[in-house]
Amino acid sequence: MQNEKQFFPKGSLVQICFTGLRPEERTANLPEDTRKVPLEIRVKGFLKDESACIGQEVSVETVTGREVKGKMIAVNPKYEHNFGEPVPELILAVNKLQEIMKGDFDD
Amino acid sequence: MILMIDNSYEAVMSRKNEIMKKSVGVDYQKYEIHGIAFDYEKMLSDSGYPIEKIRQIQLETGVGNTQLVELKNINRLIKKISPKGKGARIYVKDEATNPSGSFKDRRASVSVYRAKELGFKGVIAATSGNYGAAVASQAAKKGLKSIIVQECYDSRGVGQPEILEKQRACEAYGAEVLQLSVGPELFYYFLRLLEDTGYFNASLYTPFGIAGVETLGYEIAEQSIRQFGRYPDAVAITHAGGGNLTGTARGLKKAGAKDTKIIGVSVDLKGLHMASDRDFNKKSFTTGHTGFGVPFAVFPDRADVPRNAARSLRYMDRYILVTQGEVFYVTEMLANMEGLLRGPAGNTSLAGAIALATEMNEDQIIVVNETEYTGAGKLPSAQLTFARHNGIEIRTGDPLKEDIPGKNIVIPSSPGLMGFTEYPLQSIRKSYLKQAVNKYGTKDFSDIELEFISEDINIGVEKVKEYLKEIAL
Repeated sequence: MQNEKQFFPKGSLVQICFTGLRPEERTANLPEDTRKVPLEIRVKGFLKDESACIGQEVSVETVTGREVKGKMIAVNPKYEHNFGEPVPELILAVNKLQEIMKGDFDD
Repeated sequence: MILMIDNSYEAVMSRKNEIMKKSVGVDYQKYEIHGIAFDYEKMLSDSGYPIEKIRQIQLETGVGNTQLVELKNINRLIKKISPKGKGARIYVKDEATNPSGSFKDRRASVSVYRAKELGFKGVIAATSGNYGAAVASQAAKKGLKSIIVQECYDSRGVGQPEILEKQRACEAYGAEVLQLSVGPELFYYFLRLLEDTGYFNASLYTPFGIAGVETLGYEIAEQSIRQFGRYPDAVAITHAGGGNLTGTARGLKKAGAKDTKIIGVSVDLKGLHMASDRDFNKKSFTTGHTGFGVPFAVFPDRADVPRNAARSLRYMDRYILVTQGEVFYVTEMLANMEGLLRGPAGNTSLAGAIALATEMNEDQIIVVNETEYTGAGKLPSAQLTFARHNGIEIRTGDPLKEDIPGKNIVIPSSPGLMGFTEYPLQSIRKSYLKQAVNKYGTKDFSDIELEFISEDINIGVEKVKEYLKEIAL
């Protein structure tokens, strides 16, 4: 977790979040659960303010040169999606194919 | 004086047509005939490029000319589990070897070429899938800027791993990525971006996008003749928005493979609501599923352009559904038996093809028209780990009998348990007509409209009339 009191200088690569539509502005025909929450938008860019800490409203310049405003939620966030854990059920299921094949593979 | 632009949801949506006209460079109005009818073929031939030109565009960007690989070991397995005389052979078009790792490069190459030709400074695409990386990659090659808008997070801020991987890929190609929480209003925000930036709308559904996929079908036909001396009996195509199926089928026909059966395959996600914040992270497939496949077949013009060039009912001979568990199983099979680490979403059609092959004659050939790159966020291990964390039960069993999307993922305990559910095209056609009657407020279509509908859903005019009689106004 990044320290909420830490200030980051102008030019830092940060992620911001802003509301695209408040719940009452959203389109009709939404399921109940979605209608209750706002449409939120996240984007990354370089901090334009002199300095800012997480939670503050800031301006950023995106890689295409657009200026976007929103709440700073992270500083250069890591790509955290990963390869996951091997799945024993899947490994065993595919291993069973070896018995059916009985060594009859393409040579 | 400062002009205030009304950016409310209603105001932006009401400017949709003018925003589209500017950002796609196609005057869709030109192709309107009246009511439901428009000139589909004229729209495609006017706004697209001839196939020779497209092959040239793709050659210059390293797109296409992928291998058609026989799955020899899987084919031996199919023979072992099929009744005597059955067990068709499968070949797969290894589209993962395209520059950004999927057939979507074909689609993006033509859109980005067009954007450059028309003098746009950048391109925007609304996509949570491989298309984003394809657009970003092609834009990089042409020196254009790119913005990708994806539906990525639920309201807790939890992102779908596969979509987070697309964010990473798009950013690696230099794109700006906007990540939205769940909801169809992504389209509203997409329109605002088009208006603000003046960039080209690299929609998945323009004539250029579809023309770009025609080379895929064309290559399959040519390679089939070269490699096994005839056109394939069937081509299995993962079906979502309809562009993959429409483009591939058109390309096959252009090359002469007129009798090849076109099989659409989707992952069955029945019971999960696509606009539900809660259901969003309960699915392990972000595309190639019924949540796109059915609505886009029923009403193609729901897309982000006024007239969708992807019209799957025109070309689909059969539509079959497979389960999430079967697709993960064949993904593992493809890696373990054929040495091809690909997918998983792109292997939806492979799961369908294996099940179909056991019913087809042993002298028949099915081509699976794509593979896609894999990696972090995408692999079965990544998706199944995420599913488990979201309370989904993962186990082996009989997927066709036990599958409940959002509750479990059932991996076949033996290959003989692989199968599919036939989705009757008749019911999609009837839904198409119901939608048309609702939209136009009449059942009294003109002869020209009836002719259009007949082509659009690929049945005779008399049959259209018969189905219309069944619909209550």
